[in-house]
Amino acid sequence: MGEHHGPAKGLTRWLYTTNHKDIGSMYLWFSFAMFLLGGVFALVIRAELFEPGLQLVDPGFFNQMTTMHGLVMVFGAVMPAFVGLANWLIPMMIGAPDMALPRMNNWSFWILPFAFALMVSTLFMDGGGPNFGWTFYAPLSTEYAPPSVTFFIFAVHIMGASSIMGAINVIATILNMRAPGMTLMKMPLFVWTWLITAYLLIAVMPVLAGVVTMMLFDIHFGTSFFDAAGGGDPVLFQHVFWFFGHPEVYIMILPAFGIASAIIPTFARKPLFGYASMVYATASIAILSFIVWAHHMFTVGIPLAGELFFMYATMLIAVPTGVKVFNWVTTMFRGSITFETPMLFSIAFVILFTIGGLSGLMLAIAPADFQYHDTYFVVAHFHYVLVPGAIFSIFAAVYYWLPKWSGHYVNETLGKTHFWLSFVGLNITFFPMHFVGLAGMPRRIPDYALQFADFNMISTVGAFIFGFSQVFFLFVVVKTIRDGKKADAQVWEGAEGLEWTVESPAPYHTFSTPPKV
Amino acid sequence: MSAESTYYVPEQSKLPIFASIALFTTVTGAGMWLNGSGYGPTVFWIGAFAFAAVLYTWFATAIRENMQGLNNAQLKRSYVWGMGWFIFSEVMFFAAFFGALFYVRMYAVPWLAGEGDKESTALLWEGFEATWPLMTTPDQAVNGAEATVKGPGGIFGPWGLPLLNTIILITSSITVHFAHVGIKKGNRKSFQWWLLATVILGATFMFFQAEEYYVAYTELGLTLESGIYGSTFFLLTGFHGAHVTLGTIMLLVQLLRSYKGHFKPDDHFGFEASSWYWHFVDVVWVGLFVFVYIL
Repeated sequence: MGEHHGPAKGLTRWLYTTNHKDIGSMYLWFSFAMFLLGGVFALVIRAELFEPGLQLVDPGFFNQMTTMHGLVMVFGAVMPAFVGLANWLIPMMIGAPDMALPRMNNWSFWILPFAFALMVSTLFMDGGGPNFGWTFYAPLSTEYAPPSVTFFIFAVHIMGASSIMGAINVIATILNMRAPGMTLMKMPLFVWTWLITAYLLIAVMPVLAGVVTMMLFDIHFGTSFFDAAGGGDPVLFQHVFWFFGHPEVYIMILPAFGIASAIIPTFARKPLFGYASMVYATASIAILSFIVWAHHMFTVGIPLAGELFFMYATMLIAVPTGVKVFNWVTTMFRGSITFETPMLFSIAFVILFTIGGLSGLMLAIAPADFQYHDTYFVVAHFHYVLVPGAIFSIFAAVYYWLPKWSGHYVNETLGKTHFWLSFVGLNITFFPMHFVGLAGMPRRIPDYALQFADFNMISTVGAFIFGFSQVFFLFVVVKTIRDGKKADAQVWEGAEGLEWTVESPAPYHTFSTPPKV
Repeated sequence: MSAESTYYVPEQSKLPIFASIALFTTVTGAGMWLNGSGYGPTVFWIGAFAFAAVLYTWFATAIRENMQGLNNAQLKRSYVWGMGWFIFSEVMFFAAFFGALFYVRMYAVPWLAGEGDKESTALLWEGFEATWPLMTTPDQAVNGAEATVKGPGGIFGPWGLPLLNTIILITSSITVHFAHVGIKKGNRKSFQWWLLATVILGATFMFFQAEEYYVAYTELGLTLESGIYGSTFFLLTGFHGAHVTLGTIMLLVQLLRSYKGHFKPDDHFGFEASSWYWHFVDVVWVGLFVFVYIL
């Protein structure tokens, strides 16, 4: 066994690889491709909404765009990006030679391109693609769905298998592959948050598989799960879906917490405030995520006791989340802060994610939610959580670790340009949605009343700025990889962790012999 | 550095990409089949056989590596974690269907009859009464013989075949444990006989289950189309049956491996993992027996 051999040559390197760095890179590139595709779908939506009336696409196709935008962004962009980061970073952070089960790791990745080929191909099928929203509520997704829903179901099945295997790999790696001395409470928070995320994934992806299976049987085999005529209940769909769906939301944000907890101390030049409380807060959020699902369903007609229980349980989540925000702010307090690109994205993450969290608290109030439900206020809320939350943290991570991955520094001017374009673009896009939502504009419609016209026009302009800035991001990354300045091992002076002890770019195999911690 | 202390990382592998292609072919074929395409069955079966072949090769590779001594103690622990969390994911899959059953029985059906908070729904399905097992669907209550979704003609009591099957599966959990004790003591004969007994019990369970389905369809009029009772009954017992089938195949493979001389008293994870899986399908059955058949 060669200890120091490099990568194989050609295409088969990527097809057959078992290397966590190769697989991490593939996940990240795949996720970026999906991010652009989902972004194009979003721009179709925003272009249609630029003015009231129907201009560009017919309403049926508009529905397919809202559906596919959500599915591609959630399952194709955000989740694979975090798995890519986990692949690249976890083995290096804990001093492991690779992921615990390297072949299964490759399989987890290679399922995804096929799953998304299947999913996106539905757009070209007879009757069009899925048009029932990314939450695919029955009976829209069963009784009234286009025939392509069958392929959508199977695509969800196999991407779920990919997620479960990826999560099993992460857990086995973290619990079994740590270098001697790397105790659990010494692990970087990114590793901790991923451990908890992986647990959530294994707990809820099978439930998603279960609910799409019920759909499949209702559609093709005559069962009555979501059909009241046979004694079933469409609301059952929503319960099972959101039992998956709410933890899913935290699957998309917990690793982001880990990233912010790595970057903020580096650029504040202070250790993270409250490490242990961060760990406990993350675990608390994960546990609470299982008992809040029906806050997505306040208006569907659940009993009063249910409304109250899910309202209070949801508000409880603000406590551990508040602990986290407090810790990040306190870490920065009286630090000698510098504002390199990763830090800018991280600070924006803390501020804008908090805005999304606060609008979430508003939505958690059941009686108030009767007004907000299914309006653009909800769209504003979850985009504030996901875009400056999940996606900004991914950008921050890429700017922070790209020198380690590629061996080249990022040009700060280019990085900061990307940051400011994105920051401005996203706020122009999503902030006005709060206003139109509170004023009553419903989500998922291709046309709207005239009084919403101005804010929608502003949103669309912002969306195109944001979309353009991501093409610019591609340029920045490619330019860095091709001709960035040669990076040192210690990329950032204040950074701590095992990944900074290896040279940049990180050798193909790291820690074949475990380091001492 | 000796192989003992190094974590074995396989260099490259064609297995995952082939597994992905095969899986993609299988589900695409299944989708085409369900949507009425004539090519569907062909594509599905090509994919399914290819997938089975890849998995066979994959497991064979993993076994060969272990027998070559490439797997150190740490790597073996990775397999242990992997199997444990895989079983947890299976638990959650069944939890979705049990959850659906509980929700339907506790809330959906009573509400359809206008009980509790949902007085007004009784107006939609006049004359519908909430009972479990649900023999008369809301559709039938309103439309009588014209109804499109009709309840089952009859259902199974718990104390016939289901009780027998419960005894069979619980016994098989005990026999597989004895097999485990056998291999740990290095008593290969005892291991093989108890394992054989387990496989036979598993197959017997499946035979009775098939018998039950046959009776359900031909005599009772209990089918997938029999309203929510048929839906929950067949998906819960059906997925359980699929898992018993898989578990039996897994144990059979371990039995065949032991005839080839595989397994040592301190190195038999293939068998151990299969036995965990077997205990898991047993526990699921107990849940089924209580919540589907008895209560």
